[in-house]
Amino acid sequence: MKVAYYPGCSLEGTAKDYAESIQGICASLGIELEEIPDWNCCGATAAHSIHHRAGVELAGRTLNLASQMPHSDLLVPCPMCFNRLKTASWALNRDSANRYGIVLQDSLPSVWDLATFLATDAMLQTTAENMRTPLEGLQVVSYYGCMANRPPEITEADNFENPQALDRIIQNLGATAIPWAYKTDCCGASQVLSRPDIVSHLVGKLYDMAERVGAQAIVVSCQMCQANLDMHQEKIGAEWGKRFSFPVYYFTELIGLAHNVSGVKRWLSRHITDPISLLEQLNLRGNP
Amino acid sequence: MADSHTLDKKHPASMLPETITPDVRFLQQVEAAGPFQASACYQCRKCTNGCPVSFAMDLYPDEVIRLVIVGLPQTVLHSQTIWVCAACETCTTRCPNDVKIAELMDCLKETAVQKGIPCPHPQILDLHNIFLKDLKRWGRVCETTFIPEYLLRSGMLRRMWQAHTLGAEIKLGWRMGRKGRFALLPKTIKGKKEVRNILGRPEKR
Ligand code: SF4
Ligand code: SF4
Repeated sequence: MKVAYYPGCSLEGTAKDYAESIQGICASLGIELEEIPDWNCCGATAAHSIHHRAGVELAGRTLNLASQMPHSDLLVPCPMCFNRLKTASWALNRDSANRYGIVLQDSLPSVWDLATFLATDAMLQTTAENMRTPLEGLQVVSYYGCMANRPPEITEADNFENPQALDRIIQNLGATAIPWAYKTDCCGASQVLSRPDIVSHLVGKLYDMAERVGAQAIVVSCQMCQANLDMHQEKIGAEWGKRFSFPVYYFTELIGLAHNVSGVKRWLSRHITDPISLLEQLNLRGNP
Repeated sequence: MADSHTLDKKHPASMLPETITPDVRFLQQVEAAGPFQASACYQCRKCTNGCPVSFAMDLYPDEVIRLVIVGLPQTVLHSQTIWVCAACETCTTRCPNDVKIAELMDCLKETAVQKGIPCPHPQILDLHNIFLKDLKRWGRVCETTFIPEYLLRSGMLRRMWQAHTLGAEIKLGWRMGRKGRFALLPKTIKGKKEVRNILGRPEKR
């Protein structure tokens, strides 16, 4: 299956692990990713905060480039990019002539949040067929953050207060997704650079609850969530008077692990909080 | 602007002068940039009760909506709330009256910038501006050029120095670099001109 692909800026930089794991598993799942030629940044929080029109038009330009491709599906791994593309298509379909200097072309592919796409029945079945090492004994909580689901009017998510995509994928791999109430609570995202105190408060609450429900690790589908949860655990733990050491896995890394895809160890080596020891305890040794 | 007081950081509501002249057109001006359906608000406070950042706000989200309706632009445009809002969309998602609270917060930020009202936490506005500058430069954002420029120009580096956290942050940055997490070269796109044009055109809002 060939699909259009919009990696977004951070997958070309700090979220290299996410990018590599996506390439690795798509090969094993029979998905051929074709990057949108000459795509641009979606504008992210900065644009929608202080430059509404530009935020819509930036995402609109990329959507129009995707329309020129022959594919009917566009996969977007970054929930922020996904949200901005969906917002732009929503806004431009309603109000393009008056407010925005860009017109959306017809033949727009369906815009998918990557986790939602890989949690469809067909993809879950393909994933199950390719299983080599079930992730037995791994007990995790799924963490979705904000942008893949909210607001549902834009994202078209049906279970936005208690999303299931990551949970279905985790269970399908043989691991346990522990139910918890903080799946869609905010991590503070880019405020890590401007108000790290706010991020410490929000992320500390997540660790505290993950610990209380007995999770060994946290599974995410967003590189901003991953960075905020993975990088500052020691510091945030100290502020909470605790020691946290949760591995923070991308769901794609877990699929790669269960499929014995090569490269898993390399992806994980890019994390800050040790992701390997837990897997070794469970006798899950990823390929180099 | 009719109301001319400034905001007390701890108790903004208690600082309202006893006689105030509302700007009755403010709601209309804001809604023209929307619609946000602010006037549909019946003050149930569901938005505020679910807001993860309310602990860092001087006005609660429902109070922002209320002040927009009654026409006190200076109070909302000078508030910390519009800037510390994390745009998590919980409020918009849950509002029983379909008020687009998070989107209205963005509109208020943009309005404050256009009116030259200083951001009470300048490093938050710096982050947005320097991000957009980097995006204009390459057509994509390159963390390797954007983050150092932000840390230097926003004074965050100095704050880290004063808070004695600079050493730990440098160590973390070093580890990230060793793990290959920073792109060595920025990727630039052919459509850079289009992107610059999108970001450079003057606003009507
Ligand atoms: S949730 Fe909606 S109706 Fe209730 S106070 Fe907030 S804006 Fe008003
Ligand atoms: S979008 Fe802003 S105001 Fe609304 S709940 Fe999130 S942080 Fe609070």
